[in-house]
Amino acid sequence: MPSPLIRAALAGCLLTVLPAAAQPAGEVAELKRMIAEMQQRYEARISALEQRLARYEAASAPAPATPAGTDAAPAEAPPAGAGVGDNAFNPALTLILQGRLNQYSLDPAGYALPGFQLGEEAGLADEGPGLGESELRLGASVDPLFYAEATFAFVDSATGGASVEIEEAYGQTLSLPWGLGLRFGRFYAETGYLNTRHSHAWDFADETLTSRAFLGGQYRDDGLRLSWLAPTDTYLELGVELLRGDAFPAGGADDESFGEAQNAYLRAGLDLNESHSLLLGLSWLRTRPGEREGNGFAFDGESDLAIAHLVWKWAPQGDSTRRQFIFQGEYFHRDESGLLSHEDAAGVALLDYDGVQQGFYAQGIYKFLPRWRAGVRYDRLWSDNTLALRSNTSGLTDPLDESGLDDGGVEPSRLSAMLDFSPSEFSRLRLQYALDESRGETDHQTLLQYILSLGTHGAHPY
Amino acid sequence: MYCKRKLLPALILLVLPLLARGEVRVFACEPEWAALAREVGGERVEVYSATTAMQDPHRIQARPALIARLRRADLLICTGAQLESGWLPLLLRRARNPAVQPGRPGHLLIADQMRLLERPERLDRSRGDIHAAGNPHVHLDPRRIATAARLLHQRLNRVDAASAGDYTRNLEHFLAGWEAAMADWNRRAAWLRGQRVVVHHRGWSYLLDWLGLTEAGVLEPLPGVPPSATHLAALREHLAGEGVLAILRATYQDARPSQWLSGQTGIPAVALPFTVGGSEDAGDLRGLFEAILHRLEGLRR
Repeated sequence: MPSPLIRAALAGCLLTVLPAAAQPAGEVAELKRMIAEMQQRYEARISALEQRLARYEAASAPAPATPAGTDAAPAEAPPAGAGVGDNAFNPALTLILQGRLNQYSLDPAGYALPGFQLGEEAGLADEGPGLGESELRLGASVDPLFYAEATFAFVDSATGGASVEIEEAYGQTLSLPWGLGLRFGRFYAETGYLNTRHSHAWDFADETLTSRAFLGGQYRDDGLRLSWLAPTDTYLELGVELLRGDAFPAGGADDESFGEAQNAYLRAGLDLNESHSLLLGLSWLRTRPGEREGNGFAFDGESDLAIAHLVWKWAPQGDSTRRQFIFQGEYFHRDESGLLSHEDAAGVALLDYDGVQQGFYAQGIYKFLPRWRAGVRYDRLWSDNTLALRSNTSGLTDPLDESGLDDGGVEPSRLSAMLDFSPSEFSRLRLQYALDESRGETDHQTLLQYILSLGTHGAHPY
Repeated sequence: MYCKRKLLPALILLVLPLLARGEVRVFACEPEWAALAREVGGERVEVYSATTAMQDPHRIQARPALIARLRRADLLICTGAQLESGWLPLLLRRARNPAVQPGRPGHLLIADQMRLLERPERLDRSRGDIHAAGNPHVHLDPRRIATAARLLHQRLNRVDAASAGDYTRNLEHFLAGWEAAMADWNRRAAWLRGQRVVVHHRGWSYLLDWLGLTEAGVLEPLPGVPPSATHLAALREHLAGEGVLAILRATYQDARPSQWLSGQTGIPAVALPFTVGGSEDAGDLRGLFEAILHRLEGLRR
């Protein structure tokens, strides 16, 4: 091992430098920096030499009679070359590139879900080729107590320029006692199953009708989450979230100290046997929007959303590399009541509103070859809304119809099929076709999608 | 010094609940480490294996059941060297168990404590799903199993100091048997030295290193990329008249590529248990190496 020799040499260098302590502090610091740099360089070279040596040792193959463990590294030795340089502590970095080619038989500008008000981000993407969200994710342990992760989405803004959205930026505890966990910052709320998944991890190229109608695409908010993992062999997690209530289905947060939206959830899961596993969940989101925008109306009232979900996965003997089947379904129930208002140059329209809205989706994904998967998804929504016109001085001739809450006898539904090909774990190409009956007439939608992932190996959440 | 002062209260905190419960819960990522924990831990440990021999440890999902098991574990033993990077970091965060977080005595990654073979000189995903730290499949070299047993023994002693005597007895018993077995295997496998084999995935490098076998080809064109027809055809040309002993694959891997190549070249295809439980006769660590050697001995003409 040459390294003690070099260390001794370096120490010698240091000693010759020491008498010069009378020199200005800046120069000493400069010298120290240089020596540290030299040391780093030498250590890097030594570890490279060690690796080469290890390779030669491996190549020259010890005789079978070698006593046990002689050429294996000494116990607890750090791996060669690890931890040299500052970048060993870089956060895990992932860049996701997504794009889609969209084709519709109906005009996407006229998209609506009768019986439901759509949040600002919910709707169809433009026809033709276009970039989806490009995501940059950074995550790392901050110290023994915290893990932090941030996801930035780069999207084209409506005005033509690019804008950066902070999708998630949160810290969470790693080692609180008793199975407690605390997450704080901005994150996707645990409302249902799909809501916490980033779009590149979805099994279809677009969101479900339920996500579009009930969660404005995807519900994320600022706040904190406290959860508890039960000390049982069956997975059981309970959690509560206190959220600011800025985004759909909340909206127009006042300055209440604990936020306008609260969410409680329960998740349970287990392995039925080697091949089958299951995840069940319930969540209840309570919001008190003050000024929620949707279809040109502002909603002031209360909105409660309950979601139940079920995920069941099968793979022969648990080996999902060649074949796998995943069933996934969620049921949504929302109860809302309050006042709707529309304001324009002419005046104001006020509506009393009391409604119950429901919906579900169910999907099955089958991996039939190592790199190929096919899937089918069915979505359906229905609503029972009571609307009464209180007053109208606005320019709207029929505010009840304009509110989007009158379903006109239509129950939106959609049937989608997809086929995707993943050359590796880092890339995926997908073709999707959907018969969308959301608007009372059939829209034939064809989507072609690519997802490329650069950088750190992404984790596979269940 | 600083470490030791902090360690003592931590140890007391760790040991107290253990005394009350009586057993150390070991969470092993792979069956070979579960088997090793049973050897060294003996009756003092309760062992759970996150994967079976029929699963690919690269591609496991952080299933709810795994989160629940890790939540209560006292000791985690995994391969490391990024083998589990697709699921273990997430699992550790979701399970939020302080005792098994990185840097704690209850967090043991075996390959991270060893010198690894096949450390890539250039990191680029166009070369497939490579491991930056080197080849992680160290458990197929029995010499490294002995090293791993010593590492595990140290950690068990730190996590459960009250049973240190038991662990030391178990370790000595295991190593004595292991060294005798290795002497026997080395004698029986002497004829394999210098022979050439084709492998399905570079999961066998440590076995090859131990037995002195040489790799004549790999069925996967790049690590983690399934064998393609063009690559297999090229391999067939390349292997013609090369005098290759066998085509090796793990019992959990697709049999078709190696059988096709075997049919084309006449080189026998052999399915070996990749880890404990990979075949009926590989019930424990000794059984695993016995089973591998037995199948290789079947090739001797």
